[in-house]
Amino acid sequence: MSDPATHVVILGAGHAGGTAAALLRQYGFEGPITMVGEEPIPPYQRPPLSKAWLKGEADADSLALKPLEFYPEHNIDFRASTRATAINRGAKTVALSDGSEVSYDVLIIATGARAIALPIAGSDLEGVMFLRTAADAELLKATVGPGKRLAVVGGGYIGLEVAASGRALGADVVVLERETRLLARVACETLSTFFKAYHEDHEVTFELGCSVTAFEGKDGHVSGVVLADGRSVACDAVVVGVGATPNDELAREAGLDTARGIVVDLETRTSDPAIFAIGDVAHRPMPIYDRMFRMESVPNALEQAKQVAAAITGRPAPAGEAPWQWSDQYDLKLQIAGYAFDVDEILVRGDPATSKFAVFHLKGDLVQSVEAINSPPEFMMGKQLILGRKPISKQKLADPSVSMKEVAA
Amino acid sequence: MAKITYIEHDGTEHVIDVKTGLTVMEGAVKNNVPGIDADCGGACACATCHVYVDEAWRDKTGASSAMEESMLDFAENVEPNSRLSCQIKVSDALDGLVVRMPESQH
Repeated sequence: MSDPATHVVILGAGHAGGTAAALLRQYGFEGPITMVGEEPIPPYQRPPLSKAWLKGEADADSLALKPLEFYPEHNIDFRASTRATAINRGAKTVALSDGSEVSYDVLIIATGARAIALPIAGSDLEGVMFLRTAADAELLKATVGPGKRLAVVGGGYIGLEVAASGRALGADVVVLERETRLLARVACETLSTFFKAYHEDHEVTFELGCSVTAFEGKDGHVSGVVLADGRSVACDAVVVGVGATPNDELAREAGLDTARGIVVDLETRTSDPAIFAIGDVAHRPMPIYDRMFRMESVPNALEQAKQVAAAITGRPAPAGEAPWQWSDQYDLKLQIAGYAFDVDEILVRGDPATSKFAVFHLKGDLVQSVEAINSPPEFMMGKQLILGRKPISKQKLADPSVSMKEVAA
Repeated sequence: MAKITYIEHDGTEHVIDVKTGLTVMEGAVKNNVPGIDADCGGACACATCHVYVDEAWRDKTGASSAMEESMLDFAENVEPNSRLSCQIKVSDALDGLVVRMPESQH
């Protein structure tokens, strides 16, 4: 067990930082904890912002990871609306945006990622929004509704979830995507085609292979999106969902090793033994794929929160993991396990026309990743196969009449 | 409001007053009760909020949906009284509910 005088400072009060603070207490850590967060509210779940919350099916209380009183009750000094401005590794202090300074024995950087802005004219118009924070979601919810026209820039998962929620709120929705297919960076063609058709059935329109060159406005409010071919798409609001970039500047300035994010080991320790980094900001090893990369997902934030809390309190490291994530659109439940690295074959199990199928990405006879639509058995068993690195029979896997338990047997 | 007893695998009991409208999972997570991970926050997407419902309470907690059944089918150490606690809504009728946690959620 760690020394009770150890002061843990957590930079960032998102899903990763908030969970690390709570787990440290759950694991019996008794020292003081300070958690510094840029937003005015305590840690909350971001995934519902583009799903249930946007549709009004969840409220602020239900989004919060823990009630506000949890933090003082557990001797966690939560500094809201505060940012770290510099890390002094020699003195083991962090300078904060309110002019104060806090010293640490152990520092956890959980500063996450921020939405990428388009460097084009009109980006500062009212009504041009992102969806990253509760405040963003609040604004979006107040803006879209029946009779409104919403333009979504970016056909990735955030863009498609916003499109589905926009339709549920009664708005007209158009999705503008630079690539010639949806989900181009994150999913295979079968899924792209399926999602496009499903959204079109829900009266979402698409402009694929188009380049957005400017936003135009009227009285300071956005009124249209200008495309490279000269056309203008009229709208009352825009959501830009073109990816995120890690908030790793503080770590870079402090001289920590960085790649695409802060480089950490399996205990989430950075190149400075007193400093850890977790969540969207971390560039981390993933043993089942024998490589390092950065992930943007809640399960990753939770897993690394467990790793750091275990490392600090001297508990055994958590068991091996298969990364996963999910997306809800309309009545579709998409569950994804693994990442499609080094894939030489894509196998579809089930019929996309039934809205119940799974896409398996294989490397030889090993499952690297699975994308399961309304197919929990394929997801659950696929996740176990990815983690277990167990070879499968492709013939059995391709045959939906053979149960997943038998495929994995 | 319902008083719910959460029993960890090692026998540690946590008695919590949970507000009506929350789920049994949220009652545990918001009070930092160990043993329920709830990675997906209640979207029925991960099966990491698995609990065993005390026999006396099985009828009152209702039946599980096809999606829940399907997820549970692939969780570990599943018993006939297994449920995903994110799918059990708390009401006054559940005052006194007892749930036990499995050894692991993975």
